[in-house]
Amino acid sequence: MSSASLYLRRRITNVIALSLSVLATVIGLTFLAWILWETLRQGISAMHLNLFTKITALGENGGLANAMVGSLIIDFIGIAIATPIGVMAGAWLAEYANRSKLGETIRFLNDILLSAPSIVLGLFVYTIIVLPSTALTHGNTTFSGFAGGVALALIALPVIVRTTDEMLRLVPSTLREAALSLGVPQWKLTTQILVRAARSGIITGVLLALARISGETAPLLFTAFGNNFMTLNPLDKMASMPQVIYQYANDPGDAMHAMAWAGAFVITMFVLLLSLFARLVLSRHKISHD
Amino acid sequence: MPATEDAKALAVIRHEEARAHRDARHDRQFGWLLKLCALLVLASLLGAAGATLWGGRDAFTHFGWHFLVSTAWDPGSDNYGALIPIYGTIATSLIALLLAVPVSFGIALYLSEVAPAWLRTPVASAIELLAGIPSIIYGMWGLFIFAPFFADHLKPWLTNYLGDSPDDGKPSWLAAHVPLIGKMFGSSYPFGASILTAGIVLAIMIIPFIASVMREVFQTVPTRLKESAYALGSSTWEVSWDIVLPYTRSAVIGGIFLGLGRALGETMAVTFIIGNALQWSPSLLDPGSSIASTIANQFGEAAGLQKSTLMALAFLLFVVTFIVLLIARLMLRNLARKEGR
Repeated sequence: MSSASLYLRRRITNVIALSLSVLATVIGLTFLAWILWETLRQGISAMHLNLFTKITALGENGGLANAMVGSLIIDFIGIAIATPIGVMAGAWLAEYANRSKLGETIRFLNDILLSAPSIVLGLFVYTIIVLPSTALTHGNTTFSGFAGGVALALIALPVIVRTTDEMLRLVPSTLREAALSLGVPQWKLTTQILVRAARSGIITGVLLALARISGETAPLLFTAFGNNFMTLNPLDKMASMPQVIYQYANDPGDAMHAMAWAGAFVITMFVLLLSLFARLVLSRHKISHD
Repeated sequence: MPATEDAKALAVIRHEEARAHRDARHDRQFGWLLKLCALLVLASLLGAAGATLWGGRDAFTHFGWHFLVSTAWDPGSDNYGALIPIYGTIATSLIALLLAVPVSFGIALYLSEVAPAWLRTPVASAIELLAGIPSIIYGMWGLFIFAPFFADHLKPWLTNYLGDSPDDGKPSWLAAHVPLIGKMFGSSYPFGASILTAGIVLAIMIIPFIASVMREVFQTVPTRLKESAYALGSSTWEVSWDIVLPYTRSAVIGGIFLGLGRALGETMAVTFIIGNALQWSPSLLDPGSSIASTIANQFGEAAGLQKSTLMALAFLLFVVTFIVLLIARLMLRNLARKEGR
């Protein structure tokens, strides 16, 4: 009798635990659907042509054009700085440092930088770029799109380093041995053979890094700062999408909230499509290799 | 003529040697260039710590150790303490962990043991999609959708059943008998922005990180271990709890710490929802501030000692997250070794 009741108890525990695991998954998916649905609903109902043609200086009757242009410029600067440095650092980790102590340490610290608080990285760039340029220009605080780009580069860097490192290590060593046995020097091997072989993986990393930085807000608040007018000069204060969304969401006016939702919708679509595209690049590459 | 042939061979050898030397030199220079780039990773971590420590030196020397335990925040008399933002950061992160860990474990369990094979990849991708949504979107959703929902539906229930000052004036048995509960859930503040709401939104944000680490490590458990347990008559739950979890314990803790590191440093979502109040309140349903939200809110207009205080707060945040992430990576690294073997 007691063994039967024990069996029953174990079965009941099992059913309850597994149901709870289903419930947990349903909770996760519910929040995902809820967040995406609201962004979609509120964003689409606030869509307007003015968003893409007018600037934020016009307030309620304006749009987000300067913020969109600003975001594109700042993100471009960030990626343009982080990509060469990140790829070279990743190549060093994979090809030169492989198991050395310094290599392991940097690989380890890179993973920490990957999840370091972005706001502190923003303050770091504020200290090394905004403050010195303020001193140089005799006290005019010189926030700039360029400083914002550097801050985003620091966030993109670990993503690119890590994917480059991982992708290069996936390249079969027969390729290295074949090239080296023909007398190809290491630098030529790295730049012309290995990086090419791992190209689509590295591109995926860059796209994922772009997706990550295009939604970043915190480090831009005190580097690029914001600007109500259109500017293409990276040494000028510059508006960005996330910063304007933040500003408009805190505004008491409903019209501003609607614009913030429209901006949120644009950013979300951009980020999600970008990460989808990045995965497609990678999976196509994998298939072609099999 | 052997002499000219020797000379020719010698020239070829010299040429080859020169080329080998050149290649070796280029290789060395190339290696140095790459190493320099890799050292930039190190430099940005050290730089971030150094810059915030340097920026916060005035606050540290001015307030001393008292800084860490003071609840003051008064720009008028330039008196600042770190305790309220520190408390807000820790409270929101702990709430997030408390909610996210069981849910993540459930998701990982579902994806690795329960779900039919065809459902695993789509559900896992959907959960990972949560990680891809920018934090400002969580902030918007939290501020405009979740906080009002919380204030209308969840908060009245919490204050009535757990708070010390419910509508009918009679605290529940729980609030009256368990210390702290009444204070933690009592609130007369009518809106949804609070430490608890910020914690809930943070939980949603870190679930994908913890769940994906757990799922990954659950898959490293050798099949024969699990199958032996099944053969002895264990149920799916018993295998998960008694075999899979102990086997992957350190990596699971690593994943949890990774989530904690994320939660501690998260800025925008928290800034939107926490209410940004710098007054002390024991209630989780009252607005508060985290370190990151205080910096995001005030740094733009701050000057002098206030700016230095914010830098000092950033330094504290950076050091704490660094330690948490260090522990996380150390715990996860052991797993990578195990996998490699």
